[in-house]
Formats: sequence, C-alpha cells, structure tokens
Amino acid sequence: MAVLADSTKSFAHPIEHDHEAHLREEHLMLDPRPRGEMNAMVMEAMTTTSWKFWAVAAFLAVVVVICLGYYWGYMITSGLGVAGINRPIYWGIFLVNTVFWIGISHAGTFVSALLKVFKAEFRRPFTRAAELMTTFGLVQAGLSIFMHMGRVWLSYWLMPYPNERGLWPNFHSPLAWDFLAINTYLLSSTMYLFMPLIPDLAMARDRSTGWRKSLYRVLALGFRGTEGEWAHLRFAMNLFAFAILPVMFSVHTIVSWDFAAAMRPGWSSTIFGPYFVIGALQSGISAVAMVLIVVRATMKNMKYFIRPEHLDALGKLMLIISMAWAYFFFNDYLVQWYNGDKWTDLLLHFHEEGPVGWMWLAMLFFNIAVPWATLWNKSIRRNPTALFAIGFFVNVAMWFERYIIVPTSLSINRFPFTYQFYKPGVEIPLSFGTLALFILLYMLASRIIPLVPVWEVQEGQMAHSLKKFGNESIITISDLEE
Amino acid sequence: MANHNIPEVKANWEETSGVWGMSIDMDVCSGCQACVAACAMENNIAFVGEEDSGYGRSLHWLRVEHTFEGEYPEVEATPFQPIGCQQCGHAPCEPVCPVFASVHSKNEDLNLQVYNRCVGTRYCANNCPYVARVFNMRDYERPEPLPNQFNPDVTVRRRGIMEKCTFCIQRIHQGQDKAKADGRELLDGEVVPACAQACPADAIVFGRLDDPESKVSKLSKAGRGVKLIEELGTLPRVTFLEEEKTYGRTG
Repeated sequence: MAVLADSTKSFAHPIEHDHEAHLREEHLMLDPRPRGEMNAMVMEAMTTTSWKFWAVAAFLAVVVVICLGYYWGYMITSGLGVAGINRPIYWGIFLVNTVFWIGISHAGTFVSALLKVFKAEFRRPFTRAAELMTTFGLVQAGLSIFMHMGRVWLSYWLMPYPNERGLWPNFHSPLAWDFLAINTYLLSSTMYLFMPLIPDLAMARDRSTGWRKSLYRVLALGFRGTEGEWAHLRFAMNLFAFAILPVMFSVHTIVSWDFAAAMRPGWSSTIFGPYFVIGALQSGISAVAMVLIVVRATMKNMKYFIRPEHLDALGKLMLIISMAWAYFFFNDYLVQWYNGDKWTDLLLHFHEEGPVGWMWLAMLFFNIAVPWATLWNKSIRRNPTALFAIGFFVNVAMWFERYIIVPTSLSINRFPFTYQFYKPGVEIPLSFGTLALFILLYMLASRIIPLVPVWEVQEGQMAHSLKKFGNESIITISDLEE
Repeated sequence: MANHNIPEVKANWEETSGVWGMSIDMDVCSGCQACVAACAMENNIAFVGEEDSGYGRSLHWLRVEHTFEGEYPEVEATPFQPIGCQQCGHAPCEPVCPVFASVHSKNEDLNLQVYNRCVGTRYCANNCPYVARVFNMRDYERPEPLPNQFNPDVTVRRRGIMEKCTFCIQRIHQGQDKAKADGRELLDGEVVPACAQACPADAIVFGRLDDPESKVSKLSKAGRGVKLIEELGTLPRVTFLEEEKTYGRTG
C-alpha cells in the first residue's frame, strides 16, 4: 500500500478540546487507528465466530434445504399447480420476489458507486457490506425467476447461443432484455465487488495461515501493493463506478418494462421505469441500514467502523427516497386515474377496496407515513433499534407494493367472466427459502472476506484532518482519489 | 413499426383481412357448451378435475361467457358468448415470448404456439387482452375412458406449457391436403373446426376471410358484426354477430 504511507501517528493530537473530542468520536474519518491495529481488528471480526453464529447458520441451512430444496423439487416434479397461480393470475409471488430482490440489490451499487462518484465520504466503511447485498440479492432474484418458469430445465433457451435449431432468443421480448440486463448486472456488480476487495484480500493473505492463506493467495491475484498495481486498480475502479451506474438504472427500468410494455390496465404506465428505480432504492437503502445494524451488533470491532453517523446518513437517504417514492406513486396513480379508462378505474378501486386493500393501505402507511413521521428526527435516525424497525417496515411495504402490482393487478382484466383471486401455495416456503439463503450466504461471506474495506477507510482517514482556526476546529479533506 | 422483415416470426403487421376467420352468432348461441366439449375432445385437452377447475385452471380453449349487467333488480343477462383465441393479425402474445414459442404463421395467418419450444414464462398469457391462453399447471391424469380417444393429429401437452385455440389447424391441413390430392381448390365450408362441427345451432361459421364469397366473409361484413376490443389494434379474426333477440331470448 504505497500510497498509504504510515503517517497515522500525526493524527494523534492530545485532545484538549471538547468539541474536537466530540468530532473525533463522531466521525470515523477523524478517528484513525494505527494501520496494523485496524487490519488486526478486521481480521479478528472475520475470524471470530461464536456458537450462536453456527446455530443460526445451521438453522438457516435447514430452512434452505427444506424450503428451497424440497419444495422446489416438489414443484418441478409436479408442476406449477402446487403454486397459487391460475387464469388470469399467471404471475404470482415468484415475480414479486424477483422484483423485490432486484430492488434490494440496487442499494449496493447505489451506495458504493453513486456515493463514490459524488465523493460522499461516509460511504467508506460499508461499501462492501452493501455490495455483498447486491450480489446475493441478485442470486435470489435469479432463483425466483427460475422458480417462476414452467419448464425450468429448459431455461438455457433464453441464452443466445448457437444451436442446432438455428434459433436465437426473441429480442422483441422484454423478458429477453431482462435476462440480459440481470446477467450484465450480476457480472458487473460481482466484478465491482471484487476489485476493491483485492488489496484487502492481500492484507488478509499476509495475516493468516492454513486454508485461509491458500484461499486468499488465489483470490488476491498476487497483489503486492506496488505503485503500478494501485494505479491500475484505481483506474479500473473509477471506470467501473461510472460505468455501472447506467447498468444499475437500466436493470430496474427493464424489469419495469416487463409490466409497462404489456397491454394491461394498471401495467402500461409510462412512469414505471423511474418509479421502479426509486422503489428499488427505497427498499434497498432500508435493507442496507438493517444489515449494517445487524453487522454492527453481532460482529466484533464493528462498532468502531459503523457509527451512528452512518446510520444517520442512511436515515436521511431513506427519508429523501421515501419522499421521491411518494411523488412517483402519486404521479403513477394520478395519471392512471385521470386517464379515466374503465378498466384502470376498476383496477384502482380493486387495489384499495379489494380483498387485499389492507395491503394497499399498509404500503402507504409504512412507505410514507412512518418514514416521514420519524426520520426527520436525528435521535431516531441514530438509534439502531428504531432505524432497524423502520427499515423492516419499509421493506415489508415495498414487498406489498410489488404484490399489488403483480398478482393483485392481474386479477382485473377486460373480461369480468375470468376474474379470480390468488391464493399462494408453495410460494410461501420458497419465499422464506430465498430469504434464508440470502442471510446464510451473507453470514458465511462475512466470515470469509473482510467485510470492511480497510484500505478505503485508511485512505479516507489519511485525507481527513482537523485543523484549528483560532478556537474553531474545522474538518479539512485533501483529495487523494484522483 | 420498424423491422418486421423476419417472416418466420412476425406477421406483416398491415391491415389485412386475414386468411382464416370465424363468425359466431350470439343470437342463436344457446350456451350449450357443446363447442367446449368438442374442442376438448378434438385437441386432447387435459381434464383438470373439479378443484383446479374451480380455481380457474380449466384448460378449455373456449369458454362460453355469460355475465350480468346492471344493478339489482334491473339485471340483464348478457348473451352467451364463446370466447377463445381471436387469432389476432397483430397479436400481443407474439412479441413478448422470449423463446419464439408464440409465433405467427405466414401461410395461415394464425397465431401458433410451439409446444416444445415453450419454457413457461406465461408472459403471452398476461399480455393477451382476451385471456384466451391456458397453462398446463400439472401433468393431469385422464380418467377412463378418456385415454382411449386421443386425437393422433394433435400433440399431447405436458406440464409447464402454454396452449390455446389453434383454429383446429390439423383440420385445415387435412382439408388442404385432400384438396391438393384431388387437384382442386379448397371449397368453402370444407374445413370445419370441432367447435363449429359440434354447434347444434350452427352459430359458429368458419372459412376463408380472403375469399369475399365465403359465408364467413359475408357474415363478418354484415351489419351485426363486431370484434372484441379491437380498439387495441389487435386485428382479431373472430367476428361476433350481435344479438337481435329474434329467437325469443328476452333479458
């Protein structure tokens, strides 16, 4: 790590001033520790597991085996009849889960790439925690799509590859766009997760023994920290941070086109693209906050890295995105209602007064009323329990939103003779299975790769300093990145 | 619309009259469901059982709609209306299939479902404004004696596959082959799909729309003809002849 000269000692001013002490306690960037100590802290967090960790992991593994393994196998062998779909509700909770997990995965890219591009310094300690959510969330989204397919054993036909039938996928179909977009996003977000990981893997390689050492030796790709390696890494990361943003926006826009391109009342809405992107961020940022709160409470040394200031910043983001979501929801509703189409009108009434009308009200309450009523308050934003609860409710509400868009809207079409209700079947265990798999993968990954990008934190701490102008302590930042 | 020069997969989306068409006279339809039964026999449609059928999973390619209009007590029944695939000239189900299982045939101008290409995304069914498509939720067992009457000209579908009315394309091809073997043109009324054959009131008339002298062309162009939600631009090939209540059915 050539750039990070070992000059952290210069930060160790004697603390004379209350304000200064407060600033250092508040901001991770102003509270540096020696590099060796910080590396050891991250290594310790990664290698420490208690019996509770393994108990939870074992429980989740059992849930995955039963809910995903058994029920999915049962569904594949006996057909989608064991799920709740019928005519005309051909898309059910599997697609709800797909949209939901893609939404969760958005936050990782948002936090790491968008905040990096805009040089939001508070992002540094938790970019990797968020990016891991991207990758594992996309895994769940992909699994949900496969569950949704009638003949999943032929799903490779969606891939464009030369074959004896001489057929390519139908590029007119939004589903083919979706397939390509999700794959692009999965590949690029995995690469974007991996690149900043290389120096940390090299750090871990130099500080571990046994199987870990062999693993990190392979994964670190022989990174030694020479000037040239850092220059290449920085160039690639900058390039990716900018390049992955349009990919992120395109993915959820394309997912929204699955609905918006169809000729259905309630679906063919031109605002669906941005509405879905904001919805994704709404659930994704809340999920990042929830994950950080859990990581902070359960992993060793994480209270140093993840502080109330980070929860505070995420809480502000949640509030702003909740406002944006409310605007887009209103926009979508208003334009559809104003249009006055008979079937759309019927559908809007069905959303509000139908058998799952409570879901519609809960969506508005938890997505708008709860964040607006609480997140303006700094002490609530900084309270982990409160923020976790708000994030949980927002995620439930966003799941409801997708439920309202997919099966509830499919109940209404232009032929009242065919109207049906939707009663989920094996969708319920399979949904819990994906959730359990997500948590399990995340738990295991948190003990295999360094969850805090140490070098990014150290770099940020190098750049920040407190300067005294008269009696006033001022935070100054020098730009190390370019 | 930009490039529709791929004839195998796209109809030439122009306002053509179509090749094969059907007219259904709602004035004489008595709602007897003979067409539904005949269609199921002809096309090897699986028997889904009471429970699945009640949950909206019956696989009938035709459904005889009968609903009620108005507020109680001024309730009026709508006429019986057999609705299946409208064989749209500009079909919403075709572009959305990611694997080209839902395609347009250029010769017959029909929407075809290629069963062994279907992977079961069910997007076509969602995008069908007529709710005409049905999905094989399970491998349904056929109770005796149904296994003894399979039609050898029609594929038996397995679970996970979308299916829909084909205008009995196997009968169209049989008729065409016979006419070709005899060295003549196909006669009007020579090809009769199962539903039209079974209809005791002759409410369903099938024939060529590109022949202005055929019975179906004349009926379709008569004043009573309406097409279902044609404002969506789907160019349906099925014409419903509106009720005149001349056969005694009152509200």
